[in-house]
Amino acid sequence: MNQKFQKKRTSGEDKGIPVASMPDIIFMLLIFFMVTTVLRETEVQVRTQLPQAEALTKIEQRRFVSNVWIGPLRLPGNQLGETRVQIDDALMEEEEFPTIRNIMYRKLQEEPRLIVSLRVDVTAEMGILVDVQEELREANTLRINYSSRQQQ
Amino acid sequence: MAGLLDKKRDREEIQVPLAGMADIAFLLLIFFLVVTTIDMDTGIGMTLPPKLDEDQEPPPVRERNVLNLLLNAQGQLLMNDELANVNQVREQVVRHVTNFGEDPNLSERPGVAVVSIKTDRNTRYERYIDVLDEVWMAYFAIWDDAARSGEYTGGRTFRDYDHYRNQLGEDEDNEIREAFPAQISVAEPDRG
Repeated sequence: MNQKFQKKRTSGEDKGIPVASMPDIIFMLLIFFMVTTVLRETEVQVRTQLPQAEALTKIEQRRFVSNVWIGPLRLPGNQLGETRVQIDDALMEEEEFPTIRNIMYRKLQEEPRLIVSLRVDVTAEMGILVDVQEELREANTLRINYSSRQQQ
Repeated sequence: MAGLLDKKRDREEIQVPLAGMADIAFLLLIFFLVVTTIDMDTGIGMTLPPKLDEDQEPPPVRERNVLNLLLNAQGQLLMNDELANVNQVREQVVRHVTNFGEDPNLSERPGVAVVSIKTDRNTRYERYIDVLDEVWMAYFAIWDDAARSGEYTGGRTFRDYDHYRNQLGEDEDNEIREAFPAQISVAEPDRG
């Protein structure tokens, strides 16, 4: 009886999970996350509550995407200001729109497969969007995406 | 001499301690896990028309091939000069595109059918997306039907359009998309 017990214990202890390759596994996971990570580089200063839609497509290559935000300014105290356009870190008023074509043209030179994702607030008016689209046409950045959420 | 060699071998056995490596890797892993955002961007994809030269006229389109959708500042919709509801858009687009010349007021054939959306400068963006979404859903329905019928895919039938598109090779033409090109024109609103 006693002997049986001892035998079990010793043989059980020998069968540990091999941990020697654990660092390799962790490193593989690490490399995966390093490659997929896109660091958030801009702080959005306008509110963009996206519209809901059904006919959605996914953009798989996030590296080609450049965002344009259009929406009311976020003011301190949860208040909303006038509608503004934000590209990267720059907020733009209507007089500054012609600079959009230069910014987009430069981006297109760097990445010919550029997709401009328009993140427009539901309350924005079409006039401002059309003005921005005209600038995109001037820069020849024709692939756009109206960013939307899945309809509930 | 032999003693010297022995000493050298001893030095080779000195190693960097590797026990902490897993911990360091774990820390880095956790950092990247926290920083990573895997929210894929979804939306309605469009291609803007290229800029025309000053002296270049826009290509002529026959009136019957165009389905006009007008949105005013109050969000009311005018479909071919008739007041309509957003829910009616999808059905009308399907009828317009797949008319094959039957009704003299609708398109001659799918290849030349155009859906034109025109808004006011004060129309809310949400309303525009609502209408645009319905138009795209109509095209998705048409493509699904075409994939199921097998009429444009050499007799082979598919579950739906996505099924057809996913099995397409890199250099193969998308026959359905060619037969029913989604020609959606977004007209510039009038100034003022």
